[in-house]
Amino acid sequence: MSAALAFDLLLSTALVWSAWRTITANRLDQAVVMFIVFGLLMTLAWCRLRAPDIALAEAAIGAGLTGALLLDALGALRKAKTARRRQ
Amino acid sequence: MSSELLFAVVGALIFTLGVAGTILVANLLRRILAFNLMGSGAFLVLVGLAQRGGESDPVPHAMVLTGIVVAVAATALALALLRKQHEVKDSEEELTEIDDG
Amino acid sequence: MKRAIVIAAALVFGGLLINAIVDLPSSPVNLRIAVADNMAKSGVSHPVTAVLLNFRGYDTLLEIAVLLLALIGLMAAGPMLPPPPNQPADAMLQKLARIATPPVIVVGGYLLWAGAFRPGGAFQAGAVLAAAMVLLHLSGLLSAWNAQLLPLARRVILVGGFVLFLCVSVALLAAGSLLQYPPEQAGLLILLIESGLTLSLAAILAGLFLFLSRDNGGAP
Repeated sequence: MSAALAFDLLLSTALVWSAWRTITANRLDQAVVMFIVFGLLMTLAWCRLRAPDIALAEAAIGAGLTGALLLDALGALRKAKTARRRQ
Repeated sequence: MSSELLFAVVGALIFTLGVAGTILVANLLRRILAFNLMGSGAFLVLVGLAQRGGESDPVPHAMVLTGIVVAVAATALALALLRKQHEVKDSEEELTEIDDG
Repeated sequence: MKRAIVIAAALVFGGLLINAIVDLPSSPVNLRIAVADNMAKSGVSHPVTAVLLNFRGYDTLLEIAVLLLALIGLMAAGPMLPPPPNQPADAMLQKLARIATPPVIVVGGYLLWAGAFRPGGAFQAGAVLAAAMVLLHLSGLLSAWNAQLLPLARRVILVGGFVLFLCVSVALLAAGSLLQYPPEQAGLLILLIESGLTLSLAAILAGLFLFLSRDNGGAP
């Protein structure tokens, strides 16, 4: 088994594991963070698939912008809950 | 098995995880995450299958590029609707989920 | 009970999918060769950019339209909860954002220009510029955007890329078929369309974040 295939197996295992943890995490913020990790691992997968354009776009948009949107939504839902609880 | 085919199989696995997650989880934010997993799995299958012979193919690259950008726009719209729904209607499942945090 | 059925069905579905993927015979269509043969007529030397903006330019036109629709839907979702009390932004973060933004703009411009020769292009450049705007917002230097009070310049930039692309397509439609660039001017047309797309995309992607953010953008 060559080193490249071993690396690909490791990367694939990490991809599937982070996807699994995104769905089955106990807390919502853990799920969001695991999704961001999944996006960054996808960037590596695109590099291994010889697709540098997709890797650039996935890093900036998939991990960066989507991560920012999800964290902002998480914060907004939390603020709404504390605001409602204070009423 | 070449590494591209390995990634295609992994993409199929992630897609299946995303489908099961979209159907099974109750929390809407997790459903959005599972839906994005479906999208990423589909992109991996698209590029992995096209390149299983070994040479890189630009047409699925362009398709996946388009797909990533459209997926982020759809996620943003879904999150806006989620926040509006949470604001308008008391949703107990959101509250109990965030309670653990 | 439903959970067990769905998990079993998902396992069967996954197994069938993986079986189909591994057993797939080789494809009779080889698009890679078709693209490589037509690269001279496309106006750029990077195959992905050629496919994105020349051979499959129609898909890109529809994509920017879909992005605009998603943004309009997001703006129509309405104003969110009243904003939390304003916290002063960290001075170190503001300094970092101020220092980091000009190089990021240069990187965006480089990615736009380099898309013709190497990996890059309008989408990556637009995403990088949008990330800079989100960073500026998070450090308190750029206020959130208000869907009700949108200045004209911002509206023009948001829609401009799509309108430019549409005008080029209509002009080409009048001259021949849809989005078939004449080979001598293909490079110039692609650069023009990509520039418009970069600015619009940066504004739209930043808008996806900034319209949702929780401060009221200065409105009373």
